[in-house]
Amino acid sequence: MIPGDLKYTSEHEWVRVKGDEAVVGITDHAQSALGDITFIELPGEGDTLTAGESMGTVESVKAASDIYAPLSGSVIEVNSALEDAPEAINASPYEKGWICRMKISDKAEADSLMDASGYQKYLKESE
Amino acid sequence: MSDTEQTLRKTFLYEKHLEAGARMVPFAGWDMPVQYTGIIEEHIHTREKAGLFDICHMGEFILSGDSAAEDVDRIVTCRVDDMPEGKCRYGFLLNEEGGIIDDLIVFRLSLSEFMLVVNSGTTEKDSLWIQRNISRNTGFTDISDKTAKLDLQGPLSGLILGELTGKDVLKGLGRFCFTRAEISGVEILLSRTGYTGETGYELFFSPEHSFRMWETLLESGGVKPVGLGARDTLRLEMGYSLYGNDIDESHTPVEADLMRFVFMDKDFIGRDKLAGAKKQGTKRVLTGFVCEGRKSARSHYKIMSGTYEKGEVTSGAFSPCLKKGIGLCYLDRDRASAGGEIYIDDGRSGIKAEVAAPPFYKREA
Repeated sequence: MIPGDLKYTSEHEWVRVKGDEAVVGITDHAQSALGDITFIELPGEGDTLTAGESMGTVESVKAASDIYAPLSGSVIEVNSALEDAPEAINASPYEKGWICRMKISDKAEADSLMDASGYQKYLKESE
Repeated sequence: MSDTEQTLRKTFLYEKHLEAGARMVPFAGWDMPVQYTGIIEEHIHTREKAGLFDICHMGEFILSGDSAAEDVDRIVTCRVDDMPEGKCRYGFLLNEEGGIIDDLIVFRLSLSEFMLVVNSGTTEKDSLWIQRNISRNTGFTDISDKTAKLDLQGPLSGLILGELTGKDVLKGLGRFCFTRAEISGVEILLSRTGYTGETGYELFFSPEHSFRMWETLLESGGVKPVGLGARDTLRLEMGYSLYGNDIDESHTPVEADLMRFVFMDKDFIGRDKLAGAKKQGTKRVLTGFVCEGRKSARSHYKIMSGTYEKGEVTSGAFSPCLKKGIGLCYLDRDRASAGGEIYIDDGRSGIKAEVAAPPFYKREA
């Protein structure tokens, strides 16, 4: 599943941009590849994010994976419900499984992210 | 298809796994199902109902003849001379240094016939070593390629198998005992053994019946297929060792704290070195731990005390029942008392854990 209103990164994060804020999460492809998510190390509220750099980790039963900031800016709010119930990311990667809401420092960065069809093509090419 | 995929072996049930949509991964040279619907769901299902595992990849040997009993007793650490027909025991094959070549289960089929069930990754190694260390009069046959094995584990397994075999067959079958039975006309050897900590059984039968057995068991109410991912989390919750992770040739049962599976009152290969290790003590010992929270430790993470390395994780994973990380590690004995706090270096912010004697999961009475 690849919602049409979102932007995507090559590391399988999605972004929902609204003005100078964005909500971030990981895609359906990512949660499926990871399997049951057992733990998420969330960024801290107020943390500075740099596009392409690690902003946390997500763990599944067998492995751990970095989550990369899709855009630069700072963290406004994190989805702390994921601390005790990270499986929400598996069940609802684009809604209940949202990871953090951030303030974007450079709006132009969002333009270089993939749109839904771009991400779909990217997934096909990586098979 | 990559080269690796081409050289992986397939069990008799390979097509069934693909049919069920399993995610396949390489394991000990075999293409195996790691999960069907999800590791956590399969794990919980096994603890609450019944999970069905394809274990055809494990190895089986038959040792027979008048000298078989003596030979088996000399190569395995568990006591053999007092095993009646229908009994099986867990033990180890040790090398001359007392190092663990493999862990296995010995089945006494008759006075002069034994079946040894060994790990999939060590079958060839074990076969060569055993043949070199038994007398010429003892017959040795590797029946691994002619033996299908399925494990049915979980609280419903007794009921399900009771109905399929005709109840009387399972009545009074104690743990580590086995019997012969029939399911849908297929002859099986059925042992009350397992690797999950739940009531469960292992079924051995001729491979041409694999599909039929798999389907028959899945048709029973409450049975779901379970992959290697959940098999690992289930055994780890019980603190059971996995050969290659927690035990290997560079560790003895003394260090692995598994001397209860070694019968020292007999002569066996590795006994002398083991007696020495027991007397001298070992620097480290295999110990369990429970992490502070959901963040889990993984194999090879080091356990630190400041800049000193005090141990190393051998197995680590998330426990679906405890909802915390759990694991096993070799730890300096001075840190290995239950309740003690350890610090595990994960290359990031670190993990605090508490030393704990397994089993980590305890069934509520």
